[in-house]
Amino acid sequence: MKASTRQVDGVTVVDLSGRITLGEGSVVLRDTVRELIGKGDKKILLNLGDVTYIDSSGIGELVSAFTTVRNQGGELKLLKLTKKVHDLLQITKLYTVFDVKDDETTAIASFKK
Amino acid sequence: MAGNRVSYTLDSNLESVNTAEATAEKMAAKAGFDDDESHRISMAVREAAVNAVLHGNAYDANKKMRVSFENTGDSLVITIADEGHGLKEAEIPDPLAPENLLKQSGRGIFLIRSFMDEVRFRTLQPGTEITLVKHVRGDSANASEEAK
Repeated sequence: MKASTRQVDGVTVVDLSGRITLGEGSVVLRDTVRELIGKGDKKILLNLGDVTYIDSSGIGELVSAFTTVRNQGGELKLLKLTKKVHDLLQITKLYTVFDVKDDETTAIASFKK
Repeated sequence: MAGNRVSYTLDSNLESVNTAEATAEKMAAKAGFDDDESHRISMAVREAAVNAVLHGNAYDANKKMRVSFENTGDSLVITIADEGHGLKEAEIPDPLAPENLLKQSGRGIFLIRSFMDEVRFRTLQPGTEITLVKHVRGDSANASEEAK
């Protein structure tokens, strides 16, 4: 799994690609979010458009990232879910927990100023 | 394809999890399941294999995971066994309960049950065996026949 970050209008967009599974993928996501929190970035948009696969460990890592950022007074949102990831969040009842967006511009604008 | 059975004895590591997952995807496709169903089956196998090597065998190099795949003609039957301390099915928390919704773990068996038609647990001495069954339905069966 790969993760790269960029800044757009005060929001940190994390472009993720590959598999978020037990082991490497989950660790990359965890370390990336921890690093951002450590730098004081509290508006985080995870772009999952190129995530091909996610398992229960990856789902857990998304939940952990969400609660960690929220507990720091920040916001973490998800962008561009693939059908497989969308379905997984639906059946685990997490789709309504996360703020999920399809369009990056709309997503960026939705963060609190 | 009916009657095909393959089995493996694997080390307790993530490479074995990936092997089980990849084999499941191939067996599901051979059995005639479409891409979406093959994905769900292989994901269920991945989750069961993770449970076996992580929660069951605790990555112990002296403990093995045994995996078997069988196409019975009307079903794909997969068994995954570990040598751990055993699993108490009744004590598995509901990950959809409000108090569990934001927990980091505990969704694996729920996903397995969501993706497969039958899920059975058997206590071994030592360990746990989980059996996953996916029935080949009309369209899939036709696809399987056409592929012959």
